[in-house]
Amino acid sequence: MTTEQTRTHAIDMNSILRGRDLSPEQLEITIKIENLNLFYGQKQALHNINMDIPKRRVTAYIGPSGCGKSTLLRCINRMNDLVDSAKIDGKILLDNENIYDKSVNVASLRRRVGMVFQKPNPFPKSIFENVAYGLRIQGINDKRALDETVEEALRGAALWDEVKDRLNDNALGLSGGQQQRLVIARAIAIEPEVLLLDEPASALDPISTLKIEELINELKEKYTIVIVTHNMQQAARVSDFTAFMYMGELIEIGSTSQLFTNPKKKQTEDYITGRYG
Amino acid sequence: MISSWFKSGSPWIWLNAAAVSACLIMIVGVLGLIVVRGIGHFWPSQVARFSYQEDNAQAKTLFAEIIDTSVTPAAAAKISGYKMADDEDDLVQYQIKTGNRDVTGADFRWLQERNIKSQDLPADLMVVERREWGNFYGQLVAVKENGKTLASDGQAWSVAQTKIDEALIVYEEIAHLEKKEIGAINYSLEQLRLKGRKLELKGQLDETAKAAIENEKTELKKQYEQYQIQLRTLYQKIRSASLVAKTDSGKEVDIPVAKVVRIYQPNSMNLFHKIGHYFSKLGEFLADDPREANTEGGIFPAIFGTIMMVLIMSIIVTPFGVIAAVYLREYAKQGFTTRLIRIAVNNLAGVPSVVYGVFGLGFFVYILGGNIDKLFYPESAPAPVYGTPGLLWASITLALLTLPVVIVATEEGLARIPKSIREGSLALGATKFETLWNTVLPMASPAIMTGMILAVARAAGEVAPLMMVGVVKLAPTLPLDGNAPFIHLDRKFMHLGFHIYDVGFQSPNVEAARPLVYATALLLVLVIIGLNLAAIVIRNNLREKYRALEG
Repeated sequence: MTTEQTRTHAIDMNSILRGRDLSPEQLEITIKIENLNLFYGQKQALHNINMDIPKRRVTAYIGPSGCGKSTLLRCINRMNDLVDSAKIDGKILLDNENIYDKSVNVASLRRRVGMVFQKPNPFPKSIFENVAYGLRIQGINDKRALDETVEEALRGAALWDEVKDRLNDNALGLSGGQQQRLVIARAIAIEPEVLLLDEPASALDPISTLKIEELINELKEKYTIVIVTHNMQQAARVSDFTAFMYMGELIEIGSTSQLFTNPKKKQTEDYITGRYG
Repeated sequence: MISSWFKSGSPWIWLNAAAVSACLIMIVGVLGLIVVRGIGHFWPSQVARFSYQEDNAQAKTLFAEIIDTSVTPAAAAKISGYKMADDEDDLVQYQIKTGNRDVTGADFRWLQERNIKSQDLPADLMVVERREWGNFYGQLVAVKENGKTLASDGQAWSVAQTKIDEALIVYEEIAHLEKKEIGAINYSLEQLRLKGRKLELKGQLDETAKAAIENEKTELKKQYEQYQIQLRTLYQKIRSASLVAKTDSGKEVDIPVAKVVRIYQPNSMNLFHKIGHYFSKLGEFLADDPREANTEGGIFPAIFGTIMMVLIMSIIVTPFGVIAAVYLREYAKQGFTTRLIRIAVNNLAGVPSVVYGVFGLGFFVYILGGNIDKLFYPESAPAPVYGTPGLLWASITLALLTLPVVIVATEEGLARIPKSIREGSLALGATKFETLWNTVLPMASPAIMTGMILAVARAAGEVAPLMMVGVVKLAPTLPLDGNAPFIHLDRKFMHLGFHIYDVGFQSPNVEAARPLVYATALLLVLVIIGLNLAAIVIRNNLREKYRALEG
């Protein structure tokens, strides 16, 4: 990969900022993706991705099914390590440290980069134990500390009022929307820096979706959020920046308002105006 | 017409239904036979008095229970050499149990119905269950003590009962002394001998050690002497009384009370008495030791041995199988080798169990056990400790036999855990091991329990391998007792399955033991059902708890 190529693909965040009316000092970059290629066996799923993800903002990936947006998201907490056939080259820098470096401990990386999946996946344990799971893994078993953190996380996920009286009930008894918020609470209980949301509302009804979106708005005060979504309205509603991907390539990234109102690339325009995808 | 009937699929449905019915009939048949024969065994059957005249011989009186009836058509009977009158259609024969093996030499005989001159049920006919020689049938004449007649005729019955009850209590005391107290002393003496031998082998058997051991020995021997004295008085007490009874041939026989388990007059018992008798026999069957080469008495040691063996087997096979399955499914790189291993594991399940028995004997008992003895028990040589068939080896052999079942079931359980759950755990910073331990394995536990249930069902019913690695006809001691270290895994044990085989085919009096075979078979089935039910209840609780994410 030559420097020239890098430059053409790199997104100049400052130009984006101008569109969003934010001053550059306010924008720190948490994650830098550099020349990322991903292969599933022979098939290349991601082509030379370069992008920056700003701190405490919501960045959305949009694009048609199979365009690689989930794959890219799962690269950020090395979830793709679980896929035997996946091969990655390139770098992802989290606070200027390459997460694909050999010295990186994957478990502690995932503690810094939490993830919420498309389908709610609470463990078949009590609500309390679900939220406490990540803490117990870290060896925190002190009852008081757990109580405090669990309450805080559930409040953070806007679920506390609904479940405070039945913390010991099985989490599988919650509704889909509650389960998804529980999963978010579980993720934020371990205080990650980044939260990856992989179509978090696609399995939910409209009211639950609305709640999740409100929650995302609150969470970005504290966390850097990257969200994958099928739903362009959702991207428009919740995100500050939007990246459009197509066929494993990052076509365009920009501030959400700019990308939806004034896309620079033809492909982006076609997609957001519903001509394909 | 026919072809449209075929096309409609009805024949197929009929075929399916027929297959299911056949299965049901077979299951009900097996259980029905075992239950009817097994449950009936303890019911007191009536004892009849027959007047029997064979051809031109003198008429004889017989006291007996009718066991079985056989009807042979006249033509077939003629071929077998029976003389049949022209107006006779069938030859009806009864198998009767006459008991009194010590007097007549046989328990059973066949009577031809046409030779029975008369038959009635005298109320005073008595059945004596004895510790030796099987049942006695006859009439009570008198009760004697030290040669003097205590009671006769009318009073004899109640006096006999009280004498027998007294004797039973003394008998219990004797059994307790012999088995528990003297058994413990013998055990301690043997431990002392081994201790001395061990020191000797190490070259540390100096005078002080010797003296200490001798001291303890004399102490134990003193206790032993005391018990012996106690025993002697008890034996005197129990041997003094005897029953005088008249057999069917009119002969008077002396039956020592010490040899009597119980007496009863079945013909004069009412329903209430019979039910009482039934449950006392049932209780004896479940809780007592066997007597008379296993054909009488209880089967408690066999029940105990079976359950203990199955439990130890489960304790060995479950973790072992689960760990193997976890490696195969979660850690090993899937490919040719894992496929080969899976094929091998599945084939292991198909190996005839007797082969496992041979392997257990050759490898576990002789090689492993032999070396354990050499390393850890040199003092007891040449007598083997673990180098001989025993409970531990039997359990391990059966664990090996049932290992494939547990591995396959666990693997299936692991495969069913949704990927999203694993990812959820990993995304929270759990390592693969933490994910397995905290989430995946608990969720797979119902499947693991299923594997264990299948393993228990298979292991509890196995007999062939056990005969080689630890089961015996009669074990003198249970593998669990009050002598430290309490669980004796090196001991041989009894097993219900082997007990059935032994009683049914190896006992000196197969005919008398047959009902016991059914009763034991019923019990074996019940034990297996019980063990399975316990496991199923646990599994269903786990299932409820770890209800997987559906949909």
